[in-house]
Formats: sequence, structure tokens, C-alpha cells
Amino acid sequence: MQLLGIIISLLGGGVLALIVGRQSASASRWLSLASLVVASIFYTSLWLDSTSSLSTSIWLMHMDWPWIERFGIHLLLATDGLSLVLIGLTLVLGYVALLSAWHEINHRCGLFYLNFLFTLAGVVGVFSALDLFLFFVFWEVMLVPMFLIIAIWGHEGRRYAATKFFIYTQASSLLMLAAMVGLVLLNQQQTGVLSFSWFTLTQTDTSGTIGMWLMLGFYIAFLVKLPGLPVHNWLPDAHTQAPTPGSILLAGILLKTGAYGLLRFVWPLFPDAASAFAPIAMGLGVISVLYAAKLAFAQNDLKRLIAYTSISHMGFVSLGIFAWNHLSLQGTVMQMVGHGLSSAGLFAIAGLLQQRFHTRALDKMGGLWSLMPKLAALSMVFAVAALGLPGLANFIGEFMILLGVFQVEPWAASLAALGMILAPVYALIIMQKGFFGAPVGDKADVLDLNARELLMLGLLVAGLVLLGFWPNLIFTVTAAPVDYLMNLGKGVSI
Amino acid sequence: MNWLELTSLMPLLIVASISVILLLLIAFVRDHKLTCWVTCVGFIMAAFFAFADMGNTAQQVTPLLIIDDFSRLLGGVVLLVSLACAWMSYAYLETADEICEEYYILLSLAALGACVLVASNHFASMFIGLELMSVSLFAMVGYMAHSKQQANMTLEAGVKYMVLSGVSSSFLLFGVALIYAYAGTLTIDLQVVADGPHLQSGYLIVGSALLLVGVAFKMSWIPFHMWTPDVYQGAPAPVTGFLAGAVKVAVFAFAMRWLMMAQGDYLDLLLLGLTVMAVLSMVIGNLLALRQNNLKRLLGYSSIAHMGYIIVTLAATATHGAAALSTALEGAAIYLITYASMTMLAFTVISQLAAKDRRFESGTLADYEGLLFQQPLLAGSLILAMLALAGMPLTAGFIGKYYLVLVAVDSQLWMLLSLLVLGSSLGLYYYLRVILVLCKPPVSDRLMVLGTSEKLLLLLLVAATLWLGIYPTPVIEWVQLAIA
Repeated sequence: MQLLGIIISLLGGGVLALIVGRQSASASRWLSLASLVVASIFYTSLWLDSTSSLSTSIWLMHMDWPWIERFGIHLLLATDGLSLVLIGLTLVLGYVALLSAWHEINHRCGLFYLNFLFTLAGVVGVFSALDLFLFFVFWEVMLVPMFLIIAIWGHEGRRYAATKFFIYTQASSLLMLAAMVGLVLLNQQQTGVLSFSWFTLTQTDTSGTIGMWLMLGFYIAFLVKLPGLPVHNWLPDAHTQAPTPGSILLAGILLKTGAYGLLRFVWPLFPDAASAFAPIAMGLGVISVLYAAKLAFAQNDLKRLIAYTSISHMGFVSLGIFAWNHLSLQGTVMQMVGHGLSSAGLFAIAGLLQQRFHTRALDKMGGLWSLMPKLAALSMVFAVAALGLPGLANFIGEFMILLGVFQVEPWAASLAALGMILAPVYALIIMQKGFFGAPVGDKADVLDLNARELLMLGLLVAGLVLLGFWPNLIFTVTAAPVDYLMNLGKGVSI
Repeated sequence: MNWLELTSLMPLLIVASISVILLLLIAFVRDHKLTCWVTCVGFIMAAFFAFADMGNTAQQVTPLLIIDDFSRLLGGVVLLVSLACAWMSYAYLETADEICEEYYILLSLAALGACVLVASNHFASMFIGLELMSVSLFAMVGYMAHSKQQANMTLEAGVKYMVLSGVSSSFLLFGVALIYAYAGTLTIDLQVVADGPHLQSGYLIVGSALLLVGVAFKMSWIPFHMWTPDVYQGAPAPVTGFLAGAVKVAVFAFAMRWLMMAQGDYLDLLLLGLTVMAVLSMVIGNLLALRQNNLKRLLGYSSIAHMGYIIVTLAATATHGAAALSTALEGAAIYLITYASMTMLAFTVISQLAAKDRRFESGTLADYEGLLFQQPLLAGSLILAMLALAGMPLTAGFIGKYYLVLVAVDSQLWMLLSLLVLGSSLGLYYYLRVILVLCKPPVSDRLMVLGTSEKLLLLLLVAATLWLGIYPTPVIEWVQLAIA
């Protein structure tokens, strides 16, 4: 029930925020905060349950109501440790994004918070739906509010970016829909049962050519969302043009839904096809890591730069998933969380800078360290987190991914490790261009961080450091589900 | 004609009597409100009888009409569309500088024609139904011909529709004649001609091809779509709604019934023709919609594309015959229902806006700028309609699209499936364009107040569009009952 509680409190909060938003903007802010708090209470109770029940079963809670009986479609929600961690990330970044929206979003607040909370609800749904049809519904539903967030509250090129974002995602997910229907009908041929349940479909025999085609349908949809080369093109625009809270949601959690899909669906549903395809996918991952890092280095627009670093980091995720062993998968989960926190931090910084200087161009900044020491120091933390400094979460993730990949494809690990050299280049260029040197222009009267902003960034830094020193916090929760998925993905029947 | 046959004809009789009652009524009292009420009540009663009768055995009423659950269901849908049409016409005609009572007579005649078409399993009744519908529509499309506000567009649209519709009817009639020459009967069930061909089957092939051309004109399948954008743009918004909703449902229902019966080699030819038209409609329809600047015109191209998608079900029937029949039929019926609900929603919004200011139907998309913040209800409904047409989940459009994918995968129509995916992806662009325009900052102050009945219609259609998307189970069960 707690899962439903989380989703409903977010959806309900959104509707209420819209209603009260007509009267007062600040009421809608506080109401959104309240609905996030309620969702977090449900989540805490879910987490507390997990300590008792995870030892006996990997599924924490299971809600199964019939929905469209004609096709065996159910409202099937369940979490395991993996979903639990990602839903947690979603809520934490929800707070961060809300804090960043607090003063940045000034017009049509009610509508904004409606879209904001609906996006969160959609993402929580994606992380917990185990009926493929329901998953698809959530997958699409989180798209529309995000589209509106970019299109209404975004920056100068918002309409172009929003349209591009929507079309990329929607077109690829139509492929997924076709593949999904194909899989369900294949299962029906084999067993005579028409069902969209993940538990049933993982038993389908998907070896052979048809399995490969169906797998590709899913893979492309998730690769677009991840994003990986060659379908990453929507991301720099969408992330750059979105308002800060939108960028935080996009980079922090929406990208993770792609990785989650690869983990949860592609391998377990199509073990043979996925392992046959793994070298190609890993190759694309390596190219993503290196190429996007190079592109990031060349950017002058701060948000665009950060967007490309996301692609580079997601290349590691792609690698880790397609290596498909315990080390690499655990590393992938850590990388997802770590990147969620660090990229959210970087986008928040970019938002704060833009609010103060009305520009995102790095060459118009410079010398900010002396003007805003607090902001500069925190930027440094996120930058070194992104480059993988030991002691912060990203390092653990990338290191374990590389270890895991090396066991399977040494060449891929060796090439991707070059990314560890490129990462400092693009991370430090931010610091050098933006914060060191002499101040450009007249910026004497800028304000450093206020309490709200400190809280927002502090939350992220705390998470990064905590997980950097105590990664077992996550690993103990995800170990069992990751093994379970891994066995499914190796075709071991359970 | 026995009692049972008479009761099963009830919906048709009611709709026919609406027009007679209205004729008499108008002769004595000219009252727009009363006329509209009578029409609406008539449509509600007729739809009620159509739906209430479902589950009863099929009745062949004279050799001309078959009243089975399929025709009850889709006839009911046509009647509901007509109801929405009459309902939205009230506000629209209230602000027109034109006498408006006769409009409802034409509307009820067109609805009657559509119902006859849905129920026909005989070429004669098909032609009667089609012509009754089309001839009434000529007048409806050109209804505003003497209005000072919108004479140019509407006159052009009316004439265009009349000429092209006439041409298509003559193709169709010639096709029917050739089929008659082959079979010696006008029933569409050619299996009854068991004792072999009377003439060479070339008659049948050419006849069927010509018949298909006639159908394609009405369905506006490319390359027979030329009239669609102009007529959609020029006709009064409620009439465009009728053209997009009821006409398409009725003609497609007939096409489905006809192809279900068809067998033999000439099917291959029909299948080829259908596939070509599907490919063209899906791709070109969507491409041409991309840069349209008038919303009704845009929706015209969008309906071309949607009618292209639905060919998937016809192609499945033609390829696999009985094996694919039940899924294909179910998919077609669901798609028609969902399409009717979302397209009526879109045209209701346009019509209600146009009732306040005719620029909304004749002008460009720019007139819609900022509407979301000035008219949240209307703009929100339009956004919902656009999302539904784009096939987003939790709206009716997704269930329809899901069915088409299912039918395509089930019948292994891979080429049509990939074009369906391609076409839908192209289509996103222009639906999003409309949404983006609505979300722009407002340009001017516009104060428009909607009446209660207008709001009610809007909310009903919004509810239908959402309900079909969120909980389609009852409708699916209903449709399964209808095609069993």
C-alpha cells in the first residue's frame, strides 16, 4: 500500500497545488512540499518494512489488481531493493528540485507544481510497475508534464528543445510498445496465457531471431532515455533549455529510468539476445564515455557542458549493465545514484549562477571564487564528484563498473578507463573558467548562497560523501535483487 | 415485417421521424432552442434504443438492412456523435447571421444516412445511406453560404465537397454495377453466388476496385484525399466534426462488413490497394500536417493519417480472413469509438471557440496563443484531445493505437506496423505544436464565458476520452459482445 500511497500523495498534491496556485503562489509551494513530505513518510515506512522482510523475500510489497482483463493487464506494483533505492533517489532529488524552484519559478506556480509532482509520480510508477503495460503507461505519463515544464518555464529555445525531447522519447517508446506486444503474443503462443506481468514474461523462451528484434525494440527505447550514442541528441537541448528544477529532474532521475529499464527488462526478458548483443552495446557505451567527454570539454554553455558529462557518465552505466556480473551491476546502481546526486548539484549551481548573472556562458563568468566563496567551494565538490574523486559516490560506481567490465571484456574496460582521464579535464575546466582568474565584468554586488540554497546543495553533498564512505548502505539493499536479476538475465531459471 | 424487425429498426425510425417532426415544427414555430432540443432528445432516444437492443439476435430486416450487434454498436456511436454535433451546433448557430432551424433537419437526415450505411449489407441500401448522408452534408458544409462572416470559405468547401463526392459516387455506382453484372445480385455477401461466376471475374475485380475508390473518397485515403483539408477548413466547425466523426465511422463500418464477406483472388488486389493507400495516408497525411497553420486544416490531415492507421485492421482481415477476424474487428470497433470521442472533443472546442469568435476556425494557429491561461477549460480539453490523437496513454487514443499495434503484430503486417510507428512519430510534431501554441504567453485579452450546457458537453467528452483511456474494460467487453 505504501507505494500506492507515494504515488497518490504526489498526484493529489499536484492537483491541489494547481487549485490553490490560483490564489497564492506560495501556498502551492508549501503544498508541494507537504505532499513530498507525505510521500516521504510512506517511503520511510516502506524502508522500515524492508529491514524486516528483505531477508525472507526479495519482493517488498506486491499489489496486484486486475485492470484490463481482456489482455491480462494488471495494476501490478512491487518493489525490490533496486526500486527502493531509486525511489529514494527520486524523492531526495524531488526535495532538491523543489528548493531550486522555490524562487526561480515565479509565474503560473500552481501549474508548475502540478507538472512537477506528476513527473515525480510517473517516475515512482516507472520504478515500481511490474506489469509491462502499466510500466509503459507510467513511462509515457512522466513525459507530458516534463514536456510542459520545459516548454512553459524553460529558457530561450524551450519550444524546440521540448518538442525534440518529446519526439525522441515517444517515437522510441512506440518501438517498445510494438516489441512489448510481440513479446506478449509470443508468450501466449508458448503458454496459452495472455499476460503482461513481468513475472510471467521472464519465463518466455525468447531465444532466436525474434527475441533479438524484440530486444532491440526495448533497447532503443531505453537507450534514448539513458541516453547513449547515437540517440543522445535530444539531451543537450532539453537539459540546457529546461528550468533548473526541470534539469535536476531530467538529469537526476529521468535518465535513470532508461538504465533501470535495461536492468529490469532487457536482460531478464531477453537473456540470449542481450548477451549476444552485449559487445555492441558495450562498444556504444565506450564511445559514449569518450565522445561525450570530448564534447563536454568543448562547450561554453555551462548547462550544455554538464549535459554532455551526463551522457559520458551514462556510458559507464551502459557498460556496467551489459557486462552483467555482480560487480558491474552493483557498480551501476551506485553510479546511477552518484550521478543523480552530482549532476543535480551541478545543474543547481548552473541555475544559481544563471539567476545571478543571467547567463550560462562560461566565458562571461570567471573569478567567482573571490566573490562567492561558498558557492565556489560547493561547485568544487560537485565537480570533483563528477570526475570520480575517491571518497565520493561516483568513484565507487565507476571503479566497480570498470572492475566488472574488465572480467568480461578487457578491451572495453581499458578504453573506458580513458574516460577517467577526460573527466578531470571537463570537470576542472568548469572550475578554471568559471571560478578562478580575475572577475569578468562588474559583479561586485552578487550575493553568495542563502540558507535555502545552502540546504539544497548541502543535502546533495551529504549524500555524495555518505555513499562515498559507506557504500554498503546501498549495496546491502541491492545485493539480493541484483543477483536475482543477474540470474534471470543469464537464463538461469529460478 | 414482423414486430421484432420493427423494434430492431427503432433507432432508424426515430432518427427518420426527427426530420419529419422538425419539418412540421419549423412550419409552425421557429424556435432555435426548441429545434435543437427536439433533435438532441431524438438522438438520445435513438442511441438508447440502439444500445439497449444489444445482445439480442441479429435481424435481417428486408434484404437491405442487417441489424446485428455490430451495427447497433457503431450505429449508436454514430448517433452519439450526431448528438454531440447537434449540441455544439446550438451555440455556434446562435451567433451566426443565418437562419438556423433547417440545419437540424439536414443533420438528422445525415445521421439517418450514416445509420443506414452502418446497417447495410446490400449495395442498394449502402448507396441510399451514403447518398442520403452525402447530399445532406453538401448543404451542411455550405450552410453558411449567405453569411456575411464566412461565405467565401464555406461556399468553396460546399461546392468542392459536392463535386468530388458526386464523382466518387459515380465510381462507386459503376463498381456496384460491375459487381452486379458478375454476381447477379446486389447483396454484399457474394458467397451466396455459389454456382460459380456468371461472367469473367474481371468484372468482379474491376467492380471491387471501383467500389474501393468510392469508399476511399469518403474515408479520405490518399490519393483520394484532395477535398479533405479544404472542406474541413471551410465547413462550419460542428459539420467538420460530423464529417470527421460520424461519416468516417459509418463508411468504415461498411467497408469492414464488405471486406469480411469478400473472398477469392480479387482480395489480393484489394489488399494491395489498401496497403498502398495505408502507406500513403500514414506518411503523406502526417507530413502534410506538419506545417499547417489552420487548426481545422491540420486536423483534416490528422484524420487522413488516422484513417490510414485504421487500414491495418482491414488489411489484417483481407490477409488472414477468419483467423484474424475477431481481433481485427475488435480493434477496428475500438479504434473507431476512441477516434470518435477524441476527434469530437477537438471539434467541440473549436466550435465553442468559433461560436465566440469566428477567427478561431478560419484564422491561424496564432489566434490560439496563450489560451491555456485565459480559457483553461477549453484549452485544457484541446490539449487532452491533442494528446489523445497523438496516442498518449491514459487517453482514448492510446487504447486505439494499442489495438492497432496488437492487430498488426498478430497478423504479422510488419511493413504497416513500422509505418504506423513512423507515422505516429511524425504526427507528434504537429500535435505538440498546437499544445505549444496554447502554452505561449497570452497576446491579447479575451473574455469568453461558456454557458452551462457548453461546459457540460465539454466535460462529457473529456470524461469519455479519459474513461476510454483509463478504464477501457467495459467498452472492450461491450465490443466483444458486439462482434461475437
